[in-house]
Amino acid sequence: MTERGFTRSAHRAVGAKIFGGLLAGLLAVVGFGGSAHAQGSGSATLDAVKARGQLVCGVSGDVAGFSLPDSKGVMQGIDAEVCRAVAAAVLGDPSKVKFVPLTTQNRFTALQSGEIDLLSRETTWTLGRQASLGFLFAPTYFYDGTGFLVKKSLGVSDVKQLDGATICVQPGTSTELAIADYFRANNLKFTPIEIENLQQIQQAFLSGRCDAYSTDSSALAGFRYTQGDKASDFVLLPTIISKEPLAPAVRKGDDKWFDIVQWVLFAMMTAEELGVSQSNVDTFATSTVPDVRRLLGADGDLGKALGLDNKWAYNVVKQVGNMGDVWNRAIAPLGVPRGINAPWTKGGLEYAPPMR
Amino acid sequence: MSGATLDPRLNPSRAAPKKGMTLSWSDPRLRAIVWQVVIIGAVAAIVWYLVSNTNRNLESRHIATGFGFLFQSASIPIGESLLDYTPSVSTYGRALVIGLLNTLKVAVVGVVLATILGTVVGIGRLSPNWLLSRVTAVYVETLRDIPVLLQLIFWYGLMQALPGPRQALNPVPGVFLSNRGLKVPMLTWQPGYWWVLLAFVVGLVGTLAYRRSARRKQEETGQRPRVWPAAVLLLIAFPGIVWAALGARLAVDVPALRGFNFQGGVTMTPEYTALLVGLVAYTATYIAEIVRSGILAVPQGQWEAGGALGLHRGKVMSQIILPQALRVIVPPMTSQYLNLIKNSSLAVAIGYQDIVSIANTTLNQTGQAIEGIFIIMLVYLTFSLSISLFMNWYNAHIALVER
Ligand SMILES: N[C@@H](CCC(=O)N[C@@H](CS)C(=O)NCC(=O)O)C(=O)O
Repeated sequence: MTERGFTRSAHRAVGAKIFGGLLAGLLAVVGFGGSAHAQGSGSATLDAVKARGQLVCGVSGDVAGFSLPDSKGVMQGIDAEVCRAVAAAVLGDPSKVKFVPLTTQNRFTALQSGEIDLLSRETTWTLGRQASLGFLFAPTYFYDGTGFLVKKSLGVSDVKQLDGATICVQPGTSTELAIADYFRANNLKFTPIEIENLQQIQQAFLSGRCDAYSTDSSALAGFRYTQGDKASDFVLLPTIISKEPLAPAVRKGDDKWFDIVQWVLFAMMTAEELGVSQSNVDTFATSTVPDVRRLLGADGDLGKALGLDNKWAYNVVKQVGNMGDVWNRAIAPLGVPRGINAPWTKGGLEYAPPMR
Repeated sequence: MSGATLDPRLNPSRAAPKKGMTLSWSDPRLRAIVWQVVIIGAVAAIVWYLVSNTNRNLESRHIATGFGFLFQSASIPIGESLLDYTPSVSTYGRALVIGLLNTLKVAVVGVVLATILGTVVGIGRLSPNWLLSRVTAVYVETLRDIPVLLQLIFWYGLMQALPGPRQALNPVPGVFLSNRGLKVPMLTWQPGYWWVLLAFVVGLVGTLAYRRSARRKQEETGQRPRVWPAAVLLLIAFPGIVWAALGARLAVDVPALRGFNFQGGVTMTPEYTALLVGLVAYTATYIAEIVRSGILAVPQGQWEAGGALGLHRGKVMSQIILPQALRVIVPPMTSQYLNLIKNSSLAVAIGYQDIVSIANTTLNQTGQAIEGIFIIMLVYLTFSLSISLFMNWYNAHIALVER
């Protein structure tokens, strides 16, 4: 890895140690914060974001296609775009986001403790996380699944051939649970190598410490893509062993904030469905289609109902784009086909409830 | 110490006469009691506030609580374990016990090896041999100043640079070194081995008894009979004869490449090795300095006196200097041992699943952060207290006994 990657990995491993984020998290849970404000918008998080003039958003910060700073230091990727879309809706400015890099292990305490307003970090929506961790998940913006990457030289073409293999996987993920369940169900054995830091786990895989590297298959595609010339030395096994619907998460107990995050994403899906994109949104200013007029705030009070400006969705589409725009910018370059992530009108699963 | 130097107030016959406590603020004993009550009350109030506030916040955020998760089956995979463990079947409780054993495995071996290495290096730094004292000095001065996390990552990187299992190094038949670790053959246990083990224990008791009688003879006659021939006989030959008499059965489990990796034998994984080597190399630098300063604290006259008795340098060191230096060395060692154990939690960074790694993953998967942190704190507290107690006992044991 580069100089930067290395110091950061050292940093993170220390920071992610026992008492770092966790203790901060505990203190916040133990101490203060809690019930929503009586006055204001009725959403403590919304009030805090507005007062701060900035959205604090938890991302991974090191996965191509999801959140990775470009050469100018600007965070790119679909997770980052979700953060920007919420900032555009709430503050009218997508640049007013503070990105907080989190590991697979410390992301949940960061949200529980109030260190971040929103978690948008390749996080799978599961019952356990919703019920036990105390989170609400806004809609799935990426239907992913656990896959396996192996070196071509290993000569493996199917997951079932991985009996007895050593597999690199990050701790605290739904991936590790999915692998354990899948191997158990198929009566196969494996040895895990669990390393929290992304660079370290990828290094372990590249060095041959592990036979396979497993995570969300989109991230595997991104990883393979970043190998450049060597990409063809790696094979992404065809079997996907689990459902990994990735969704942004917020704390329970602030329903209005949940509404906002959820409907920002729905607005991006609706815009795509209606053909309203970042490049043509202004040509719809005089549209007579009621759905479009409501989306862009020309009719109705949908924004006000959410506690936002009526131009909220217009700002999101104009400043960040619709779901398709974001996909084309962030994910398409990795060579991942849209597949089931297409809008329902095109045979995919992306489906927003009516905006009325 | 002699009575003459005693503080006269500690001498019961000369202490001030005892008075009854008066209910006056000017009575220091009454003041002390009042303050203690106030402070205990304040601490209790703070604890009560924190606990009730935590509960309220956990509830309002719908975060699960309780220790019930310990009995639920855990899907977290564990790579290295001293107990049987099947992910998706075994419980979180078992996973945590495995993490605890993994921590113990590195802590116990690490403390022993760091002590040995540190002592050797500490003595080496004082050696009149120029090369030896330079080499040990460079070792101590460099490794002490590099953050231990970077050292661990370095060692782990080195382990990963080894060839893959299919190209494993095979220095001795049955021993394989690859990026999957060091694989060595292992004896498979035979029922007859119990008798061999029993013979060894009997031999050990016999050896100890013989050594005692040898010491007594030395005190009486000044002549010390050799102990080692008897020890060899009792500890090696006797169990060997028992083993031969039972049919000399030998079953060895030799590692062999099957599928992706070696099967059979015992493995020292790269993760464990890197952690152990890193912690030992780092902690030994501090121990070396403690040993060195302990030796320097023994007056030069002791060396000269030993030399005057005709003892050579090594004997003076082991029989005269070190036993005295130990009293300076032992107290600061406690904190080095504790440091080693605390640093072992950096295992997370190089994929060794110690108690912190497994507890962190558990709390991540179950959402029970407070319980998870509580378990980690309990484990480290127990370690710290046990080591402190043991070292205090040992310190008292070696303290100068005055006659
Ligand atoms: N979706 C899964 C897996 C998430 C995950 O492991 N993501 C990896 C690869 S996409 C990651 O974020 N790595 C970046 C990092 O740890 O810094 C989950 O929610 O548990």
